[in-house]
Amino acid sequence: MLEIKNLQASIEGKKILKGVDLTIGTGEIHAIMGPNGSGKSTLAQVLAGRDTFEVTDGEVLYFGKNLLDLAPEERACAGIFLAFQYPVEIPGVSNAYFLKSALNSIRKHRGEEEVDAMDFLQLVREKMKTLNIDDSLLNRAVNQGFSGGEKKRNEIFQMAVLEPKLAILDETDSGLDIDALKTVADGVNALRSPERSTLVVTHYQRLLSHIVPDHVHVLHDGRIIRSGGRELALELEERGYGWIAEHSGGSVEASAAGS
Amino acid sequence: MPEPARSDQPFLTGFRQLPPHAEAHGPLWLRRARARALERFHELGLPTTRMEEWRQTSIAPIRDTVFVPVPGAATSPTASELGAVPFGELGLPRLVVVDGRFSLELSTASDLPDGVWAGSLAAALEQQPERLEPHLAQLADASERAFTALNSAMFHDGVVLLVDDGIALERPLHVVYAATSHATPAALFPRTLVVARDGAAVSLVETYLGLTEDAYLTTAVTEVVVGRNARVDHTRVQLEAQAAYHVAEIAARLDRDARYRSLNVCLGASITRNDVGARLDGEGAEAVLNGLYVGLGTQHIDNQTVLDHAVPHCPSHELYKGILSGEARAVFNGRIIVRPDAQKTNAIQSNRNLLLSGDAVVHTRPQLEIHADDVKCTHGATIGRLDEEAMFYVRSRGLDADAARDLLIRAFASDLLDEIAEERLKAELERQVLSRLPRGAASE
Repeated sequence: MLEIKNLQASIEGKKILKGVDLTIGTGEIHAIMGPNGSGKSTLAQVLAGRDTFEVTDGEVLYFGKNLLDLAPEERACAGIFLAFQYPVEIPGVSNAYFLKSALNSIRKHRGEEEVDAMDFLQLVREKMKTLNIDDSLLNRAVNQGFSGGEKKRNEIFQMAVLEPKLAILDETDSGLDIDALKTVADGVNALRSPERSTLVVTHYQRLLSHIVPDHVHVLHDGRIIRSGGRELALELEERGYGWIAEHSGGSVEASAAGS
Repeated sequence: MPEPARSDQPFLTGFRQLPPHAEAHGPLWLRRARARALERFHELGLPTTRMEEWRQTSIAPIRDTVFVPVPGAATSPTASELGAVPFGELGLPRLVVVDGRFSLELSTASDLPDGVWAGSLAAALEQQPERLEPHLAQLADASERAFTALNSAMFHDGVVLLVDDGIALERPLHVVYAATSHATPAALFPRTLVVARDGAAVSLVETYLGLTEDAYLTTAVTEVVVGRNARVDHTRVQLEAQAAYHVAEIAARLDRDARYRSLNVCLGASITRNDVGARLDGEGAEAVLNGLYVGLGTQHIDNQTVLDHAVPHCPSHELYKGILSGEARAVFNGRIIVRPDAQKTNAIQSNRNLLLSGDAVVHTRPQLEIHADDVKCTHGATIGRLDEEAMFYVRSRGLDADAARDLLIRAFASDLLDEIAEERLKAELERQVLSRLPRGAASE
């Protein structure tokens, strides 16, 4: 589904990604772990099309097509969804309006009929029930005045409604208490299917006991320095990022895995 | 750059003397007031950028044009033609003035409750001048404002709305000032008087609509008298022709426990200048002065507001928001005056601007003049661009750049637009605001 080859990206001349290689197959869940400043969030945002990062080299193929040529909305319409680390507040626009616009924009792009207000309500009510989200969310302004947990939960709710092919979760677990974490994990797991893939970007192993990954990669200083199965996450939990960086010839200041 | 003084102002040639209707007709008090106003107009001359209050607004294109007062429309629009223009038909009882003449045919506000008089100003001056005398030309400042003086001297007709004690009008009244095509640049002088007596409640939607592409000049004056415990909700939408000029004074006076709420929307005209003033003259009165201006191309929009707190215990709120693209320019000058007696004043003012292009300019200046010591006054101004992160967020959900930009601008204007109870008006306003944004500009 997704092939990242030697991806290099920088911001304001500063190199963040220094050659990332990663292949995600359809139906797989991959986790990218790494200390602060390793480039995890940059990778997530570059995949979603954030243009503050300049891609200086490499390529990304999505279903065989050049992903980097696409505008963010085209990527969304092609089935990519980024759950933001810091979801943006949009005062004055209700969640219902926002989400309906998004859903219909994507449907239109796919040549499907737009959903009307009734169908939309039915659809979102179903998803809200699964995710244990209160109805009142629909009429509240997008993320405005939401707690950290509510914002993350809202990201997962949007994901559930938009049903992406590739979901990228950018530190969706950070700052969540255990209940919110479980809700988020349940939401992701509910979407799990042979047709969908997920890329979980996280600092901590914690989320990965709820969303069990098929593959775990360690990103350090803009490169993936180690890949393995889910046991790699547990190992990191135990021994910290310092250990792995040393074994790969790098150094890591923060070794906060699992803490 | 200060402009040189000019004696040969072409503009003035059109207004050497009072027109026959103003000189020979109407009650004596009005004829006297008109003569004084014309004299004052020539004493004052047209404002120049050397004057502090006009520093950012040059009216050179107005000064250099000979505008001719028109005796009404050559061809009046039909009801369906009027209905086809934005804000022409809002599904509300309607009072229509075309090129300065009241149109009975186009007006539909006929079955109003007892105690409400709404209709032609010229007719009211014929039929019941004594009811107008205490109010007409009492609030607007014809002694210091040249354009107000000119309107006072020249106006022929307009709209009067008188609401008796304790009467509440359920539905808003829609006032249309329409401008049509003329062979030479036309000068229009719409005049509106609203008197809500004690305990009355009325909602008014004033619309200024250009039905032509021509350049013309609208010099408008609206006076609003809000009696004790009365309520006036005043929405004003200016959608003049893009080539037109619009200079207006809106003056309100609030008695004890009165409430006045103004929403001043500026969309059309190449040069717009509004002087909006509310005087809080009775304890417990509350004034809201809100505004929304959208400028594109080379439009120039100047709003000067004054909230005059004359007595204690009055709250006032003011929120003006601007959306500017192209080389549009906006001026916001918001004065809050708290007079020595006006203790316990609570005044909040805010001006927020969204610039969608690098060449758009905003001059914003809050001015607090506080002469009392126990007051709460806050003000703030912001000038910003569309938040890139918010744009990315919305686009990452599947909306293209234009749609994302529309959504964020809708969000920006929402606190003003969401206050509008009339769905049709709100929807039309939203449509007009969004239609005045450059397409494809979001991704520049």
